[in-house]
Amino acid sequence: MKRIAAIFLMTFGLADFFLARAALSINGAGASFPEPIYSKWFDEYHKKDPNIQINYQAIGSGGGIKQITEGTVDFGASDGPMNDDQLKSFQDKHGFPVLHFPTVLGAAVPTYNIPGVNAELNFTPEALAGIFLGKITKWNDPALTGPNSGVNLPGNDIVVVHRSDGSGTTYIWTDYLSKVSDEWKSKVNKNTSVNWPTGLGGNKNEGVAGLVKQTPNAIGYVELIFAIQNKMPYGKVKNSSGQFIKADLASVTAAAAGAAKDMPADFRVSITNAPGKMAYPISSFTWLLIPSKFSDASKRDAIKGFVKWMLADGQNDTEALAYSKLPKEVVSMELKALDKVQ
Amino acid sequence: MATTSTTVPSAGPFLGSRSFLARLREGDEIARLVTLLFAASVVLITLLIVYELWQGSVLPRHKFGFAFLRTSVWDPNFDNFGALPFIFGTVVTSAVALFIAVPLGIGAAIFLAELAPARLSDALEFFIDLLAAVPSVIYGLLGIFIVVPVMRDVIQPALKNTLGFIPLFKGPAFGIGFLTAGIVLAIMVIPYIISVSREILLSVPRDQREAALALGSTRWESTWKVVVPFARTGIMGSIFLALARALGETMAVTMVIGNTPAIAASLFSPGDSIASVIANQFTEATGELYTQSLIELGLVLFLLTFILNGLARVLILVTSQRGSAHA
Amino acid sequence: MNARLRWRKFVSNFMLTMTGVCALVSVAVLFFILGYLVYHGGASINWDFFTKLPAPVGESGGGMANAILGSAKLLLLATLFGVPIGFFGAIYLAEFSGSKVAFVVRYAADLLNGVPSIVIGIFAYGVAVQPFKHFSTFAGGFALGVMMIPITLRSTEQFLLGVPRTLREGAMALGASKWKTIATVVVPAAYRGILTAVLLAFARVAGETAPLLFTALGNRFWSNGWNEPTASLPVMIYNYALSPFEDWHRQAWAAGLVLLGLILVINIVARAILARGISVPRA
Repeated sequence: MKRIAAIFLMTFGLADFFLARAALSINGAGASFPEPIYSKWFDEYHKKDPNIQINYQAIGSGGGIKQITEGTVDFGASDGPMNDDQLKSFQDKHGFPVLHFPTVLGAAVPTYNIPGVNAELNFTPEALAGIFLGKITKWNDPALTGPNSGVNLPGNDIVVVHRSDGSGTTYIWTDYLSKVSDEWKSKVNKNTSVNWPTGLGGNKNEGVAGLVKQTPNAIGYVELIFAIQNKMPYGKVKNSSGQFIKADLASVTAAAAGAAKDMPADFRVSITNAPGKMAYPISSFTWLLIPSKFSDASKRDAIKGFVKWMLADGQNDTEALAYSKLPKEVVSMELKALDKVQ
Repeated sequence: MATTSTTVPSAGPFLGSRSFLARLREGDEIARLVTLLFAASVVLITLLIVYELWQGSVLPRHKFGFAFLRTSVWDPNFDNFGALPFIFGTVVTSAVALFIAVPLGIGAAIFLAELAPARLSDALEFFIDLLAAVPSVIYGLLGIFIVVPVMRDVIQPALKNTLGFIPLFKGPAFGIGFLTAGIVLAIMVIPYIISVSREILLSVPRDQREAALALGSTRWESTWKVVVPFARTGIMGSIFLALARALGETMAVTMVIGNTPAIAASLFSPGDSIASVIANQFTEATGELYTQSLIELGLVLFLLTFILNGLARVLILVTSQRGSAHA
Repeated sequence: MNARLRWRKFVSNFMLTMTGVCALVSVAVLFFILGYLVYHGGASINWDFFTKLPAPVGESGGGMANAILGSAKLLLLATLFGVPIGFFGAIYLAEFSGSKVAFVVRYAADLLNGVPSIVIGIFAYGVAVQPFKHFSTFAGGFALGVMMIPITLRSTEQFLLGVPRTLREGAMALGASKWKTIATVVVPAAYRGILTAVLLAFARVAGETAPLLFTALGNRFWSNGWNEPTASLPVMIYNYALSPFEDWHRQAWAAGLVLLGLILVINIVARAILARGISVPRA
């Protein structure tokens, strides 16, 4: 028994020694909305520079904000910008500010699973707000049948699926609903997690997509790539110009066009319900949250190196995963802002 | 030195009459102190847990007081936190679990203790112990991919068609929800009930059974009217133990309960439990009050299991002592 | 035979049969679980599973090599932390303590045993993550170690107390000091029992997920040393099972099979050790 234990320990120590020596490891956590592109980037970047491995855990945007504030991770990530209180509590705790760096643009889409319906549905802002407020409960409600005249919607109960964890996708979704519905704004408001009036909770984008897929008559919201990869149908949404727009690279880029021109210096900007005829209304930037001071210079250089690579070569990976590239103006602003990280 | 509280024949500390110095020289005193250090650290860690939970939940305890347990709003956006939906979910799922697990578990325990030949009984007990060792995340895995679809497509529609007039079985069949979580929990706690109840039943003195049989009882009557009542408190203990386990269970419940803070009459409704809301939100709760409210939920859970475990131990002890006093 | 007696006999037979059915159902669950895992996991398990790192989200392929090593590291730490405390604490309880101290320690251990694993997670986050500003393998190992303590302590104590008094007295009569008696006579006599206790505690925490969520977190790469977050099998199963990707479901089944296989084997070995040479009467 002792000998077995000793052999076990030896192999294990050796394995650990050889496997784990390689790299400087950097830990980040947060948004699951950009997880596909982040895990792709960190994988690529590790191949490019085997000495650096960036471990990203998609624990949700709320988690990204919390853990960077606690200082338990080297960087955070969020789909909703930190609010003033959160920025202040970071400043108070650490004595220096935390910076936002946009990485890509994404979209949240209404995805559904209605047996017998394969058509692409049209959603008005009123219909989405009604469904998520629990006021529209049947798929054949006039608010839904109106804009979808060719589709035979059943009289089944709608099963609403939302995120159960703190999430940037929720932030984008509720940010949008707050802009289009006063009732939503006063009753629920926007945040990474809210007090949902109705529905089931799924954990992370994966959980929501999974629940929608497994539950007939469900509707939920997920990041575009999750809908595409899972071959789930998702609907068009009526934008501020009255057009029903499908989320894709062009329509999300269109939503960012206005914001790119007068981007605030701290990059905290909302582009939901953006003006523009072709703009998809539930679009957003997603941000890395990087402290402006690092005690460990090698970590700082590695993170800055990564951000530079991400703003240049990294942007080429985005479109394959259905994220839109950053506008050029934003990229050059970010390169300047990177100097603030010390 | 005689310990009266344990059932184990205590070997007891055999402190001799040698002087302290002599004991120190022989190393006994050192050994005693070193082992004492380890034993004390057990107490220390336990106290530290209580301290962490208590200290970590100062804000909501002051802000909400006992209203925390009575309010049903969980709204991080407006800094309003109430534990009621989670307490409700924890209690309902555990109740469903016991409703299913108790008859099954006790039935099985009676079979193993009273009917099955010793060989078979031991073999089955072996498998049941293995079942108790299956980790909860695996129950969750099976829950998601097997129990949920079966519930949604077969069991819930069937219940709705036959018992749909009772509010418990109304509403849409999602597959996930209180009932499903309760069933998964039931499967998880059955081994505990069987194992402990079987031990208790086996400790019932032979003469009790034989007397009943001699008086002309059938085998079932002697079991149900003599043996089981004799073991009643111990069996209750095993149920409390199972209940404590069900209340604190996290992963399997989180995976199938629906994660929606809701208080609903229907068992088909999705809900949330104390343990699963902590698992879902703890790493990402922004804001002190939000985090601390989750820690207070942890404190509530800790107290609940603490009370139940205490009750369980007392009951089991009482029965086994009565058994051994008889033997 | 009158009707009433016949009825009583019928009830008796019927109820006894029902208890048999209950037992059958309960045990059948185990075989069902095993069968299902072998069926689904077995089909998905391949060499890549043991040798490759996880693929980027949404891409198929990849494996869980880092999670397997991560789980092993976590369990090693847990054992190094939990077993000594449990073992020496048990020696104190069985050999040295007065009844008052023993009561307090036993009570604390039982309390600790009943603490839900998610609460242990909160605790470990508070004492081993927050102060060090790191999710780490250490923190995860600590959380699991805390869970091992009460199980090891209570069962080791039972086995030590089961060692006959005469053995001790024999050794003492030969002039051995007390600690020598314990080290050379009592502990060896209870060796198998203690080993079983440790193995069972090990198996119990091997599948624990909840305490790892806030401590070891997760890692998509090899964990770079002990002070970094690490992947582990149970957390991978949790994350992959909740994902919408078929390929990840497949890997979750495979991981489930590996984990359950490991735990059942340890359990069986532990029981075999105990059964093969019961040197100690069971309490």
